[in-house]
Amino acid sequence: MNTADQYLKTIYVVQKQEDGPASTGSIADALGVSPASANEMIGKLEERGLAEHEKYKGVRLTDDGIVKARDALQTYCIIERFLANVLAVEEFREEAHELEAVIDDTVADRLDTIIDRQPECPDCFDPETDACACLEVAAVPAEPEQ
Amino acid sequence: MVEVSVSQRITSDDQLARLLQIGIVLEEVVEARAHHHYESLDAELDEEVETLLSDAAEESAEHRSRLEGLIEGLGVDSVPFDEIESLVDARYGRTQPNDFDGVLYDQLCNEETAYKFYDDLIEAIEGSDAEFSLDRAELLDTLESIREEEAEGVSEVTEVMERR
Repeated sequence: MNTADQYLKTIYVVQKQEDGPASTGSIADALGVSPASANEMIGKLEERGLAEHEKYKGVRLTDDGIVKARDALQTYCIIERFLANVLAVEEFREEAHELEAVIDDTVADRLDTIIDRQPECPDCFDPETDACACLEVAAVPAEPEQ
Repeated sequence: MVEVSVSQRITSDDQLARLLQIGIVLEEVVEARAHHHYESLDAELDEEVETLLSDAAEESAEHRSRLEGLIEGLGVDSVPFDEIESLVDARYGRTQPNDFDGVLYDQLCNEETAYKFYDDLIEAIEGSDAEFSLDRAELLDTLESIREEEAEGVSEVTEVMERR
């Protein structure tokens, strides 16, 4: 998944969590990057017609941006589900984040042929647990942050 | 949410091992699906497609064993083929192509996906300055030669598709 898709996915999730535009700070925090880097990429997404930035409010995805963000989130769900259910990786959330940049959508699609993903994906993604709510192991909450 | 690292570099043996493990599963998926297609076509005796599929299954098994050789050096377990085969079996009905064109197209996706996977993996290893427990040159040689064979596979399937 390329960097732009990682941003779109993150903006989509933050937007849902905040129930409104996603603030640059929240996006930068979620991605572990500086606000300046986040701003730069948000600018590129705006140029491509995928996001709109309102001063003092934050970023909102356009309809095209939402379509791409949902695809990216679906790819991410496939990676998480594959790690958890096929490779039995306990730390599947952390590993999915580490590996998502190296796993292309086409590769995820092929992995999707052996996992049992629900039709409602990616609406099943729960930002609180950082995992698909239908994933059996997702019932275990993420460790609280220190 | 857990913080995302926006980078395409591989920083540890563990990440490398996991990616090689994913490569093994991809090869297993290709092998099992090609075998399924092969069996479903058997009655219809299309020799060219049969040969293509059986060669593809054989090549995937060979790639798998080379990847297994690499991950042994990292102290990580491989994923048993029968486990992946049963997962392919369980889902095959939902994703199976229903004619020759579909089978060839599926095979083309297999080869292209594998090529893309190795290409991204090689790029990520080349972009990383991490010290792996494996010999870097040997690792890259193995992956590059597998990638080359995937590229040949793409050409072979494309050629058959164009001719038909």
